[in-house]
Amino acid sequence: MSAAADATGATPLLAASALSKLFGGVVALDKLDLQVLPNQILGLIGPNGSGKTTFFNVVTGIYPLTEGRVVFDGADITNLTAQAVYRAGISRTFQRSRLSLALSIFDNIMIGNHKRLNQGLWFNLARRDAFRRQFEESFAEARALVQVFDAPLADRMFEAVGGFPMIDRRRIEICRALISRPKLLLLDEPSAGMTHEETTELMDDILEVKDRFEDLTIVIIEHEMGVIERITERCVVLNFGQKICEGTYQEVARDRLVQEAYLGIE
Amino acid sequence: MTAPRDHRSLAWAVAAALAVAVYVILLLHVESQIEIAILLAAGIAIVGVAARAGLLARLGQMLGERDGLLNALVVAGTLAVTAFFHADAFVLLLIATVIIYVIACLGLNLQFGYCGVLNFAGAAFFGIGCYTAAVMTAHTAVPHLLILIAGGAMAALIGSILILPVLRTYSHYSAVVTIAFGLLFKIFLEVNDALGGPQGLRVKGLNLLGWRFNDNIEIGGLELSFYVNYIVLGLVLLAITFTFVRRVERSWIGLNLDAVRLDETAASCFGLNITRWKITAFTLGNFVIGLAGALFAMMLGFIAPTNFTFGDSLILVSIVLLGGIGNPWGLLVATAILIVVPEKLQAIQEFRFLLFAAMVIVVLLFRPEGLLPRPLRTFIPGRQAK
Repeated sequence: MSAAADATGATPLLAASALSKLFGGVVALDKLDLQVLPNQILGLIGPNGSGKTTFFNVVTGIYPLTEGRVVFDGADITNLTAQAVYRAGISRTFQRSRLSLALSIFDNIMIGNHKRLNQGLWFNLARRDAFRRQFEESFAEARALVQVFDAPLADRMFEAVGGFPMIDRRRIEICRALISRPKLLLLDEPSAGMTHEETTELMDDILEVKDRFEDLTIVIIEHEMGVIERITERCVVLNFGQKICEGTYQEVARDRLVQEAYLGIE
Repeated sequence: MTAPRDHRSLAWAVAAALAVAVYVILLLHVESQIEIAILLAAGIAIVGVAARAGLLARLGQMLGERDGLLNALVVAGTLAVTAFFHADAFVLLLIATVIIYVIACLGLNLQFGYCGVLNFAGAAFFGIGCYTAAVMTAHTAVPHLLILIAGGAMAALIGSILILPVLRTYSHYSAVVTIAFGLLFKIFLEVNDALGGPQGLRVKGLNLLGWRFNDNIEIGGLELSFYVNYIVLGLVLLAITFTFVRRVERSWIGLNLDAVRLDETAASCFGLNITRWKITAFTLGNFVIGLAGALFAMMLGFIAPTNFTFGDSLILVSIVLLGGIGNPWGLLVATAILIVVPEKLQAIQEFRFLLFAAMVIVVLLFRPEGLLPRPLRTFIPGRQAK
């Protein structure tokens, strides 16, 4: 097993130790140790049902852990609520896009901006001038962010998301996760349901965003190996809820266990 | 936009408002059942033709851009119709009832339309407002304007107890919890002698700084029915609640409520406290419903448990469904239809629930978003969308 984490000597941004998650008798995560180094893009790969999305769900507080400990940025976030995990600086996208299709692009992105907006009743209802200032600031910020992904999209901020194609929805979903300036971004299969060209385009966007944001770490779940090879600095391969391999793409692609897991070679 | 075009669209809006006012006056004035039926059919036909010709969409867009104009036209139109019928108690009671129901449905809209919290006990919270007004006018000397607020506060308070089981259950089940509460409320009133039992209670009319609302008004020999008082006060309260609900929608709070309704899991992942926003919507909504109830009780002068049945709750819910979930303007149209049509068309009076059911089914089938579907949110009205 590669010792990438130790070699760089950096403290991991996210350190998960001995994570276990059982659904009844099904073991979704089996004593998983996983470290995410700051400012890297980490690829999380593995066959269907190997526990990748479950890992995201236990880290972000959607499912409680059966066992294990998660430390993020020096603080223990084991079994915190989804709200607290978000406030600590972790944002995510979902495998099946969970945008609110009936709402506008701007509305959707502002849902992701929750912790930075004034949620007080008095502020929202009575102090309309102050509200308007915060609205204009947030709008400018959201527009600039969307512009990084796609300039024409930034001119259609007040149109319903339901009217846009999959690639734009993915972009909007990533913007929703990024607007609150998280330290860690979890992308759950952003290429799902898109063509090869669209995927390439979206990955360009993600790399550009990564460049622009100074302090951003990304974990990406992905099935397309081309994507993984191109954008990740390190990969972790899961199978049956366990880590079977870790290293650069070239390292893991050569690994015999990985080939077995994917190709079923005995 | 150039000035002449502006003036022309303004003229169009005023003309449309005038046409609606004349139509309403005609409908309320005519007595014969056949004439009423013909008028209703004509109304449906005109709306249908106008919709086909794209006139309604254009008018809607124009009024959507100028919020204040629509508000002013509706208030002016209502006052004009009221002036026309100034001595006709039956018609005026109908108008006041529509206004008060719209206020109550605005509360329901906060809960159900925005936050997705189903409340099938609308009539119970309305009733809490009514009974609060009855008890307080009879036994205390609290100024009546404060009693209106107390009616809302009482409904909100009792609602904050009901919210506990509602939060612990999910969607349909929480709807069942509210149904149970509504039924319990009516039974509680019937067996409670202190609150008049099945016979109900008398309620004193509103008295605002010595101005008695339940006396007819005389201005220079012209006699106005006392209901005019309630219509004017009702319009003021409606304007306040309408502005309030609109501001909720056009703020981060409205966005939060939508996010909770549309996807609780995604909302949680972006820091929204689901419980907090459901409680906010439920409590604010119940306050508004209770406020409407208190005013209603003072106007009627007499209330009994039979005013607050499950059927009445269903009427409130069907108004929200019919009007366009989440669209305050839709409530106005739907309330007018659901309250006025059965009253005027006495022939169907006994079948009114059949009519409501049929209308809701037809609308849900052919126009699932309601008569006036909710438009996308504009946080700042009049701001150029770029």
